[in-house]
Amino acid sequence: MPDRSKAPHIKDAVEYAITLKKPEIFTLDNGVQVYNVNAGTEEVVQIEWVFKAGNWFEKSNNIASATNFLLKNGTSKKSAYEINEYVDFYGAYLNRSCYNETAVVTLHCLSRQLENLLPLVQELFVDAIFPEEELHIFRQNMKQKLEVNLKKCDFVAGRKIDEFLFGAKHPYGVYSEMTDYDALDIAALRQYYATYYQQGHCTIFSAGILPANYATLMNEFFGNLPFNQLPIESPEHLVAPAEQKKWNIINDAEGVQGAVRIARPFPTRHHPDFPKVQVLNTLFGGFFGSRLMNNIREDKGYTYGIYSFLVNHIHGGAWMISTEAGREVCEATVNEVYNEMRALREGDIDPEELLLVKNYLIGTLLGDLDGPFHIIARWKNLVLNGLDDSFFYHSVDTIKNISADELKLMANKYLQPEDFYELVVV
Amino acid sequence: MLDNGLKVLVHIDQSTPMAVVNVLYDVGARDEDAQQTGFAHLFEHLMFGGSVNIPDYDDPLQVAGGENNAYTTNDLTNYYCQLPSENLETAFWLESDRMLSLAFSKKSLDVQRKVVCEEFKEHYINKPYGDVWHIMRELAFKEHPYRWMTIGKELSHVENAQLEDVKRFFFKHYRPSNAILVVAGNVSVEQVQALAEKWFGDIPSGEKYNRDLPVEPQQNEERRMTVHRKVPADAIYKTWHMCSRLDDDYYATDLLTDILGGGASSRLYQSLVKEQQLFTGINCYHFGSLDAGLLAIDGQLVKGVDIKKAEDAIEAELDKIRQELVDVRELQKVQNKTESVMAFEDMSVMNRAGSLAFYELLGDGELMNTEFKKYQEVTVHDLKRIANQVMQPSNSNTLWYLAEN
Repeated sequence: MPDRSKAPHIKDAVEYAITLKKPEIFTLDNGVQVYNVNAGTEEVVQIEWVFKAGNWFEKSNNIASATNFLLKNGTSKKSAYEINEYVDFYGAYLNRSCYNETAVVTLHCLSRQLENLLPLVQELFVDAIFPEEELHIFRQNMKQKLEVNLKKCDFVAGRKIDEFLFGAKHPYGVYSEMTDYDALDIAALRQYYATYYQQGHCTIFSAGILPANYATLMNEFFGNLPFNQLPIESPEHLVAPAEQKKWNIINDAEGVQGAVRIARPFPTRHHPDFPKVQVLNTLFGGFFGSRLMNNIREDKGYTYGIYSFLVNHIHGGAWMISTEAGREVCEATVNEVYNEMRALREGDIDPEELLLVKNYLIGTLLGDLDGPFHIIARWKNLVLNGLDDSFFYHSVDTIKNISADELKLMANKYLQPEDFYELVVV
Repeated sequence: MLDNGLKVLVHIDQSTPMAVVNVLYDVGARDEDAQQTGFAHLFEHLMFGGSVNIPDYDDPLQVAGGENNAYTTNDLTNYYCQLPSENLETAFWLESDRMLSLAFSKKSLDVQRKVVCEEFKEHYINKPYGDVWHIMRELAFKEHPYRWMTIGKELSHVENAQLEDVKRFFFKHYRPSNAILVVAGNVSVEQVQALAEKWFGDIPSGEKYNRDLPVEPQQNEERRMTVHRKVPADAIYKTWHMCSRLDDDYYATDLLTDILGGGASSRLYQSLVKEQQLFTGINCYHFGSLDAGLLAIDGQLVKGVDIKKAEDAIEAELDKIRQELVDVRELQKVQNKTESVMAFEDMSVMNRAGSLAFYELLGDGELMNTEFKKYQEVTVHDLKRIANQVMQPSNSNTLWYLAEN
């Protein structure tokens, strides 16, 4: 019979050497860079075309996201239905998503179907026509979706806290109103498409089991497009944070829960404190065993879950705490969050707790590097933020070596209640 | 299989430095007493509140560089963790101790009751359309325990849960003979065998639970219901009784839902959202449940559209699929899509371990590799037959979920 009272011997995860497999990189004739992680156990591929076409570049609200969404809703040769049917017939997924700086088109398919699908993707970058009727349907459906979302306290809280941090006119703080959808104009979408897709700045990230002639294929379909020729625009956007720090909003008088958001501005990955605060954040509220979770969920039962995280944009970020808590315990929840901040500023972190967090972080990192899709995701992040794998290795070193004192220093620098916006939406 | 009835499966993948330990318990919300619903799910929470020899599950796992999660469905409860393979034994230690016995601490029960109540509020009360499936399940099922959701029928069942009830539930369902252990990743068969014997071998097998659930009587007449709620737009929900996950017709039924409502080129989306513009979104899917369950269509109406007209438009599409054979290319499309979904699902070791446990529960772990063949064998005639068999008004439940003015 095993001795169940004693934990089996473990190898501390911090003893693991972690390597981030380097991607192969090739350049198409037009200068577009293609990063590839050619690996995996299944005969599948994922390709992402990343354009500098996020809302950072738009002149009026929602142009970037509408252009991105309607990109696959018609070319001069194929209707939206024909495009979707074609993609589905080859068992593929063609998604698009719009972020702040970038807008992305992603293809997932079986490796053997790639040659059937690349011509279609090319067609979207050359010949999308943005039919008026498709915009009409988009507008109608998005407005209604927005109306539903506005009933949700967490959705409203997410919008407002970004506005407080960055200002309602800043790309990171702006959000959609009904009237923005009404104002969308097909000519503006077509113009945005021409500038930021047809002649846009593109970088490609691919992963999975790639065919032997992959480089030739990609160059054939994407190497002769007029990408990366125009000068890169770098519009300036002024951050205009709110004056008032504490906010209570009643969105639904009968709501049984409140959405709590507590957040402060925080620098980008390029700041030397970033990797250190990543560790501190994990301990504070970044995982299931965090202090916030242990106190507010596991001890008090105020919430189903509470997390803190670093909001990472390319030009600036935030440190945010987020939860939905029972309406009558929202205030108590907020107080406990501040209590945990104080504990980190004033108290000493137990070496066992620190080792746990370090091992957890390294362990999940090991797990996260499992498979080509995860590896390329890391690289995409590095490349788009103007970093390379030295950032990754520096982060790993920081996790392994940071001391309790350094974390306390970070807590005193950044976890000061007066720096935080505090919002409860019921 | 160990002597105590625990089934053990190994899946080796040496391309990863990690190991996955997945324990599936053959117990879900369908095994609950109608007066004590939400127990299987509450249990999932309690399983992290300490076991008989180990005060806390999460900490030692995290120290070993691991992470974990769990989920409960109407049919089963699944726990999985992933950690560096050198530390595999830690997972065996933790998982076996909580199979041996939980700590049954009063404090853990008190707190998790509250946490589950907040989860209930977050997902089912404080969200527009949040109560739809509570209503629909009760409309569609009169006898079978699928008539309540995993979170429970009402908050009070969880609020009133007592330690004695919890213990009884545990010793009835969380026994080796009722569990499947899958170990995957950078491991060897010998190593898993030895560890399984060492840590799980001495756990009493318990009494084998014999599932004897009421069978849902055949529905013979159309059921309809209308509710008014504070939501911005009307919505319509329709369900039909369908076969179980284990039935030969499951594959055709699955493909039928894809043809009707699986994505942007599906029939309902193209006709009702794009062409007729009656709905802002519409879906067709099924629950894949182990007992005979439901096939569903849900759609949110464009404001101002008459709900009767919207429902008629759905029916017109159903008429078409009942009367006319589906085009061969259309069938091939959804088969291709299924092949691709299966390949992508198998990307991570964690998913493969979970699937393996699930297929073993279905009765055959091998099915994981052979199931696609069953999809390929489906014909356009099968689709027509299933559409006629399942999607009949007399077998249907319709909920009009209307916006209050």
